[in-house]
Amino acid sequence: MSQAVLELSAAQAAAQIRGGELAAEELFRVYRDRAAAEELGAFLWVAEEVPDAPADGPLQGVPVAVKDLFCVGDVPSAAGSRILEGYRPPYTATAVERLLLAGATVLGKTNMDEFAMGSSNENSGFGPVRNPWDETKVPGGSSGGSAAAVAAGLAPWAIGTDTGGSIRQPASLCGIVGMKPTYGAVSRYGMIAFASSLDQAGPLTRDVTDCALLLSHMVGADPCDCTSTGLPEDIRLPVAERLDGLRFGVPPELTGAGVDPGVKVVFDATVERIEQLGGSVEPVALPHAGHAIAAYYVIAPAEASANLARYDGVRFGPRAGHTDLLSLYEETREEGFGTEVKRRIMLGTYALSSGYYEAYYGRAQRVRTKIADDFRAAFERVDLIVTPTSPTVAFGLGERTEDPLAMYLSDALTVPMPLAGLPAISIPTGMSDGLPVGFQIAGPAFSENRILEAAHAIERAVGFDGAPPRG
Amino acid sequence: MADAVAERAYEPVIGLEIHVQLKTRTKMFCGCELSFGEDPNTRTCPVCLGHPGTLPVTNAEAVHFALMIGMALECELAPRSIFHRKNYFYPDLPKGYQISQYDVPLASGGRLGEIRIHRVHLEEDAAKLVHAGTSGRIHSAEASVVDFNRGGTPLVEIVTEPDVRSAAQAKEWLELLQATLRRLEVSDVRMEEGSLRCDANVSIRPAGEASLGTKTELKNMNSFRFLERGVNAEITRQEEIVRSGGEVVQETLHYDPATGVLSPLRSKEEAHDYRYLPEPDLVPLAPTEEMLARARAALPELPAGRAERLERELALPPDVAKLLAFRTELGDFYEATVSAGGPEGDPRAIANWVTGELLARLGDADPDPAQSKVEPASLAALVAMVREGAVAHSAAKEVLDTLVAEGGDPREIVESKGLARAGGDELVEVVERAMAAQADAVEKIRAGNDKAMGAIIGAVMRETKGRADGGEVQRLVRERLGDQPG
Ligand SMILES: [Zn+2]
Repeated sequence: MSQAVLELSAAQAAAQIRGGELAAEELFRVYRDRAAAEELGAFLWVAEEVPDAPADGPLQGVPVAVKDLFCVGDVPSAAGSRILEGYRPPYTATAVERLLLAGATVLGKTNMDEFAMGSSNENSGFGPVRNPWDETKVPGGSSGGSAAAVAAGLAPWAIGTDTGGSIRQPASLCGIVGMKPTYGAVSRYGMIAFASSLDQAGPLTRDVTDCALLLSHMVGADPCDCTSTGLPEDIRLPVAERLDGLRFGVPPELTGAGVDPGVKVVFDATVERIEQLGGSVEPVALPHAGHAIAAYYVIAPAEASANLARYDGVRFGPRAGHTDLLSLYEETREEGFGTEVKRRIMLGTYALSSGYYEAYYGRAQRVRTKIADDFRAAFERVDLIVTPTSPTVAFGLGERTEDPLAMYLSDALTVPMPLAGLPAISIPTGMSDGLPVGFQIAGPAFSENRILEAAHAIERAVGFDGAPPRG
Repeated sequence: MADAVAERAYEPVIGLEIHVQLKTRTKMFCGCELSFGEDPNTRTCPVCLGHPGTLPVTNAEAVHFALMIGMALECELAPRSIFHRKNYFYPDLPKGYQISQYDVPLASGGRLGEIRIHRVHLEEDAAKLVHAGTSGRIHSAEASVVDFNRGGTPLVEIVTEPDVRSAAQAKEWLELLQATLRRLEVSDVRMEEGSLRCDANVSIRPAGEASLGTKTELKNMNSFRFLERGVNAEITRQEEIVRSGGEVVQETLHYDPATGVLSPLRSKEEAHDYRYLPEPDLVPLAPTEEMLARARAALPELPAGRAERLERELALPPDVAKLLAFRTELGDFYEATVSAGGPEGDPRAIANWVTGELLARLGDADPDPAQSKVEPASLAALVAMVREGAVAHSAAKEVLDTLVAEGGDPREIVESKGLARAGGDELVEVVERAMAAQADAVEKIRAGNDKAMGAIIGAVMRETKGRADGGEVQRLVRERLGDQPG
């Protein structure tokens, strides 16, 4: 019975619960037991009790794994950081609140790179996560726990956050679907901030339909987040099987140098599939995309250096250094933050320093504008832009930890979209070296439905068999 | 040469930086109600405590008040102003940064009276730190506790151009600003309670020169008196330094009201690099036509304009006009009385009665006469009776005593208490009796000693219980002595 339950997509499980064929408690217990027993390191906290009486809604009784970055009332929420160890927020993030209102239940909190800073989940303050396809490999990051949990069948679906690729890249490395919506589509209220102008929540799911269903219950303008806009139209469950009339652009800047040959083969095959489905494909230029990583690693750390100033041991979280004010700050932060977080705080602090602001932050913002202009021009010619999600398949644990720059380049293909605030999805479309390869589809702002329809058609045509061996 | 330096005249150049706590219902970026002496940390929420994941939302009422202030100070309003994060670590700053405005403030380039306004911007207040131990400062305190009730209170910062030339002018101008803000009803503007705070940038230069000297920043002058004293002390200190051949060092000085001593707060070397960052959690502040129209419609007549109007239209002396204009309730009562007095009324006489006799009888620091038992129409009637000679000035004061205590119609009070002006044969008789009784005083008057007149008048007043008019008594005395009037 439990095996059959595991085979259900979240949308199917939701339908069965509403149809009375499946008990919500059973679904929860099956996943709860798996999550509690897992050895990938995907979960940091798993609910003990079956939640009583989920709200009567379309997602009634379907559990969701929640990235540790989201505040959930009275549930440990530490953003993968020792500096928030034991912190239980007094409130719940709007995105989670909306899912609860739709009837979903919180299964657990998933592991992540500390404060979402990382591309391998090795920067977690609570240990790494292993890739369920090959446990010697990383799951990607920063939403590595959410991606691994979904891929390994430890959760029907999960939510994560994407700043420079933190949903799409782990989805790609774990062979699942992950989507970063348009900036502002989902409220950031209650998402522990990394880089406020880039952070955006989104779903990690087994298939595109689940992705659309979960996203549809996350989006919406929120009075608590004045940068949230919601979407101009509701998210629809995708039905497309053809791509007739859709124009796809392939940017040479994001599909050439640096992309692993095995990944390129899968990408090219998927592009061919698009043409078979009736879509047209043409090259389209994103001249400044090559500078995206450089701009990103100024802007994101700059915002992070301010966002992380509140972790000072005064009001919440562990506190060290009691002798005087300076030691309180220094020792609390020295002990609480990991190496990568400290590196980015230092980068950001430097970039904002008097005398350097223009040369770093100011210039990075101008590059950001150019990148957004590139996309705008490109979307006058094409409807969607496609690239590989990650230049490589999942790499080995420990392989890039000594080389921050190599690690940063993992995000080369996913960083340009958040810099422009644009939506993008990653769907698995093939294998290389026995590991999944993700295919990225990006669109103009608020084109979520268009992206989901195209992803749905490609997903059906490719027929990716999306499950690693399940224990 | 040294003598030339020692004797040279110096001119102070002063700019003021004012922080005003707005009296909105809720805080600047969260829904907590403002605190007025509640228990510590009872007016807090995850947002103003800086909990992870929380976001600020700009208070529309604070923006409305700030727009009113910008308009009242005749500023240019920015079509689109930006919030920034001002980064520094301190326990009273829960997020590790203060949300403030930096290169594009809400309003700039205005004027109030003779002082130009550099800029006006919105920001949030810090929390309140209380240090245990004797020093009262954090670095030597045994323990420090934070009360976050005040944290996040909306503040408007107003920065003037360096147009102020003396400590007295600084104080006087700040009083005008206070009256203006009070009239706008946007703040309690109480210096002692911290809802109005003023820092001063002070420098001196040889009189007549245009260049600016090195300035120091004075903090913690939490009353008008301390502002004047602190600035004066600093001007003197800088003059002594320069006259003895030294140079003023740029620094921040803390004024100790108890001793009047200025001590350095932190030197420039320790100055913070605030690493200003455009606040990514907030959208730019772009006032709509509707918001501007609403702010404009909410602007009342302001004290400076009212003083000018009272001077011009009612011919009041400048100091009386200013007193009435700076104290809104007093001015309102005055104008109500003038209009009750009708075209025959004497606005100057009414002003004297309101600002003199009435104010003296109402007590308190800043009473509202509208709350008293005196009706504007009653006071107008009383002043008219004095002018018409129906009641003597001294008796009228007695009538006012009754009005303040019980209210009522002054004519009836005069009637029932027999306070009608003594005159005619009655007064002539009383005067002649007094002259007869005080022959020596009469002699002195005759010899040209006018002061002796007081004794006669006093005697007449005693006899008539104040119902006589002093001028009339004098005229009758001189008439009896055969003097020609005038
Ligand atoms: Zn609050």
